[in-house]
Amino acid sequence: MGKKKITNEWKRHRVQILWALLTNSYLIGFVQGKIYKGKLKNLCVPGLNCYSCPGAAGTCPIGAMQAVIGNWNFKFAFYAAGFLVFVGALMGRFVCGWLCPFGLIQDLLYKIPFPRKLRTFKGDRLLRKLKYVVLLFFVILLPMFLVDVLGQGAPYFCKLICPVGTLEGGIPLVLLNKSMHGALGWLYAWKNVLLLFTVFLSILIYRPFCKYICPLGAVYSVFNPISVFRYRIDREKCVGCGACAKVCKMQVNPAENPNHPECIRCGQCKKACPQQCIH
Amino acid sequence: MIRRLGEHKAGICLAALGLALMGYGIYRGEAAVCFQKAINICMECIGIG
Repeated sequence: MGKKKITNEWKRHRVQILWALLTNSYLIGFVQGKIYKGKLKNLCVPGLNCYSCPGAAGTCPIGAMQAVIGNWNFKFAFYAAGFLVFVGALMGRFVCGWLCPFGLIQDLLYKIPFPRKLRTFKGDRLLRKLKYVVLLFFVILLPMFLVDVLGQGAPYFCKLICPVGTLEGGIPLVLLNKSMHGALGWLYAWKNVLLLFTVFLSILIYRPFCKYICPLGAVYSVFNPISVFRYRIDREKCVGCGACAKVCKMQVNPAENPNHPECIRCGQCKKACPQQCIH
Repeated sequence: MIRRLGEHKAGICLAALGLALMGYGIYRGEAAVCFQKAINICMECIGIG
């Protein structure tokens, strides 16, 4: 049983790795210290993947949203919002579980042994609402209203919070470009501290960034209950044993709500169910 | 088949709305703004700007 579970989780990880490689396929960028400038960057990718990563072949939807909202010419990002509605309506947080490179990194970090892993804690439920606040303030309101003399807003989530940009873009680009060394300052230090903190927390807690901070997860979570791809429970077969809730690392009880906003569709509950009543 | 489509009605309608919003965004020229941002190193994103 244990062995089967581990094998099955690696099946999902293989999909995550393949998708991460596909969306970061400009591998020469990691050698040259440059980013891809081709036409594919017109397209958004579904997961959180910094477009300043040397390998990135597509555009981060959260970055794209801030870029357009912060542009003096627009003020609302129909393209990026439409993309998120489209992907969310089809898949919900399946993206988080299967197609997000930073989700994969957190999954792998959680496999590092630690004396005491934190499954939940006091205030966990409340802290999960923080990602909606991050989405509203740092992705939408601040780039919209906190603008310079030209009316341009900065991508505040990317600038002040996102550890993905530091990991995928900041560190490799600074290592590969000596010309950038002189420009490093408090912001770079701050973002590296945030990244280190996120890495440490990811060893301790399962996917802390997805649970508490990620604005992309916040958007997709809204679509979880109505997305085309979603779970269904065969109520006639369910014996209420609680095996699904016990195995869920996002602390969801699928028997009560199989399409809870926190569910990332990792499929562990389906495998754990002795009655095979989750479809 | 029809029953399954009915079950997915909300998701399908929203997916269609998403496509329409994307189309409107592209028509307004938003994709070009995203593209320009994405093909230049975003200094804020990497912690330099």
